[in-house]
Amino acid sequence: MRTQPLVEQMELMGCIQCGRCTGGCPLARKTALNIRSLIYDMLVAPEMDVHAHQELWDCTCCFTCVERCPKDVRPAELIIALRGEMVESGRIPETVGAALMGVFRQGNPSGIAREDRSAWVGDGPQPKAAQEGCELLYFVGCSPSYDPRLQTVPRTLARVFSQAGTDFGTLGTEENCCGSEVQRMGEAGLFEMLVEENGELIRRTGASRLVTTSPHCYTALKNEYALGKVEVLHYTQLLADLLAHGQLAFDREVPRIVTYHDPCFLGKHNQIYEEPRAVLNAIPGLQLVEMDRNRERSLCCEGGGGRMWAEGTNPEERLSAQRVEEAAATGADVLAVACPFCLLTLEDAVKVAGLEDQLRVMDVAELVADALDLPVTNQIGAPLARSTGPEREC
Amino acid sequence: MTERRSAALVIGAGIAGIQAALDIADAGFHVHLVEREPAIGGRMAQLDKTFPTLDCSSCILTPKMSAVARHPNVDLLTLSEVVSVETLKASRCEAGGAGEIAPSFHVRVRRKPRYVKVGVCTGCGLCADACRMKGRVSSEFDEGIARRSAIYVPFVQAVPLAYTIDESSCLNLTRGSCGRSFACADACDAGAIDFAESETVADLEVNAIIVATGFDLIDPRVKPEFGYGQYPEVMTGMEFERLVSASGPTAGKLLVNGREPSDVVFIKCVGSRDPHSGVPYCSRVCCMYTAKHAHLVRDRFPDARITVFYTDVRAFGKGYEEFYDRVRGEGVMYRRGEPSEIYRHNGKLLVLAEDTLLGRPVEVEADLVVLATAAVPRADAPTVAALLGLDRSADGFLREADPAFRPVETALPGVFLAGCCQGPKDIPDSVAQAKAAAASAIVAMVRASGMVRGRRSSGAQVGRRTES
Repeated sequence: MRTQPLVEQMELMGCIQCGRCTGGCPLARKTALNIRSLIYDMLVAPEMDVHAHQELWDCTCCFTCVERCPKDVRPAELIIALRGEMVESGRIPETVGAALMGVFRQGNPSGIAREDRSAWVGDGPQPKAAQEGCELLYFVGCSPSYDPRLQTVPRTLARVFSQAGTDFGTLGTEENCCGSEVQRMGEAGLFEMLVEENGELIRRTGASRLVTTSPHCYTALKNEYALGKVEVLHYTQLLADLLAHGQLAFDREVPRIVTYHDPCFLGKHNQIYEEPRAVLNAIPGLQLVEMDRNRERSLCCEGGGGRMWAEGTNPEERLSAQRVEEAAATGADVLAVACPFCLLTLEDAVKVAGLEDQLRVMDVAELVADALDLPVTNQIGAPLARSTGPEREC
Repeated sequence: MTERRSAALVIGAGIAGIQAALDIADAGFHVHLVEREPAIGGRMAQLDKTFPTLDCSSCILTPKMSAVARHPNVDLLTLSEVVSVETLKASRCEAGGAGEIAPSFHVRVRRKPRYVKVGVCTGCGLCADACRMKGRVSSEFDEGIARRSAIYVPFVQAVPLAYTIDESSCLNLTRGSCGRSFACADACDAGAIDFAESETVADLEVNAIIVATGFDLIDPRVKPEFGYGQYPEVMTGMEFERLVSASGPTAGKLLVNGREPSDVVFIKCVGSRDPHSGVPYCSRVCCMYTAKHAHLVRDRFPDARITVFYTDVRAFGKGYEEFYDRVRGEGVMYRRGEPSEIYRHNGKLLVLAEDTLLGRPVEVEADLVVLATAAVPRADAPTVAALLGLDRSADGFLREADPAFRPVETALPGVFLAGCCQGPKDIPDSVAQAKAAAASAIVAMVRASGMVRGRRSSGAQVGRRTES
């Protein structure tokens, strides 16, 4: 691969080799990924063998490097562009190829049948079809739609949105992958197609607001879709807004000590730090404690940037393991997250660390369900929020 | 042509303003030296040592402060701010040639009350001891590390040596009562306290103005990844100066969390060269003051592990590279790479960086981290610029008429710049610029007073001033 086109396109000449990108990169600590040195390579050498850098698949696109770069070089976007070169050549990890194919064929990276996309509704009330027109479009997202562990989150949110009196609808089985991960895996062509199709679908609903479950969908739809007048929100923003305007109030005590993990795609990508905390702080009896590394310094769970479908070069050492240790050290009994990927990676890490009796990973939405005493059940029909936890009976 | 003797106004009495005022006064002209704070000295008074000579900063500054205060040609106005500047109908210069004009200005200065009579106050400090707010007001001079009373002197060598009552914290001035009687007035044997003092206005006529309003330092919280404000071990370079200063709140004892630090990390370019979260320019002084700080730590703690993280070392001045060599020779480890984050792990702070020469990430333990924060324009630089009708450069500092050939002049005839209000610079450069500004001001005053004899040579700076 010739380096000059990317050097120019990404303005790599602006790099002063200060190393803040790699110094802050959580992956550089456990793999060969060194984007600072890669930039230097590209600056000095006319040719580069991109396939010799399989560690490029380690990047989670957490954007720490982008936030820390003093010269606005945007190293993570260079990584995405280099992945694009690999995608173009067709030589990519098998799992990445499968995820991209899944999106292409079934509209989700897991490749599960499109007609099952509404399965998350479970025994809850069927939401209105947004295609018939609605004020608030709820974009559920792939993982929350299909993953049994995650389905409780949209199930809760749908109830909360109705309870708050919003006129909301979903796209049902017509909803497609937002393409956030597709873009970050380097498949720019497919992403462009998704933006076109989904954009059209979204605009046709006439919704003035769109709310997402996932910070990843939020980032793509808000920053990369150009949806014009449609206001894009993450659900924690919407809940904080509903609380602030008295359309939502919590009456049930949730006597838990909670620490909140800032997802990269809410925090570092979009500087949304306070709204999730505002929602948690509004829950009576809940005590919010902070990890040492919070907000801008939140440690990536390693679930983004396509990593749910690409193992990376060092799967043995997991950042999520380090993160749950940090969470446990706060003395919290709940590690709250606001991202489906964080929920999965951190819950796994809690199990691996054998901390299940001490620390429970819950989505902010699940704590909200608890505070509203909503009859939300998980995939096996058991009550969700009250089902376990140290101070509650089963 | 005027009959009266020409006068100059110098705004700001840091080292640049003091030096400019002294030179103009020594040349026989009158100078009004206006300072917003209760005492003169500015940033240099806050420093412990100067680089690269390691002179005691206040020891070399104090004689200049006294000299300017004592000078018969200097009218020192502390606690004072310029509120308006009016360019008067310029008088035609006699000897400058056809069309040459010498400007003059009408300047209004607002003089805030000190509530203490200068000259009566002996500086004994009994008032501050008696003040009911004693130990409850954050000391600006000590960067918030120490606490003072509502009646105070910023530092012991203050000029003028007269206490000041801070309107924002004095119980009497904020709430209208302070116990049954005023504790400070009761304690003052000299009878210097005067709550009846009120704001006054001074109207000045001057022929030259030197702006020497100095700089601010960036708030390191623009880079939240360093945890400044969260970790007591993370401090700014200026806070470090106060901590190591023999006249500082700890009498020069460097303790962090009550202990002598053993792992000290210096981080350069905090906000500088950083258009993403700070300012795009290099602040020019940080490389050298960091070298000085590292030396001061080594001087105190021979066994401390001292690491300076850097991207480039800019040791450009006379004796600077030699000083950098000396500090490395003292066992200060310079590692190339700018830290990206600090966090606490098992009680200790970890500084995360990539050592770019090794090409791999490193974690360095620290019990003291000093941030070399960017020098930025004064927060009220836009106000000062508007007041005088000056331009500012893209970086926000006041703009000189021409960076190469007219570095101390502004686009306005008769208005000159000195020190860091024009851009970050060290003490030698500030003094040099102050002397250049004084010389330019003297030229303007000489012309205004009609003292110029003979024809000027073509291309002289004075002649070109009217072109802009």
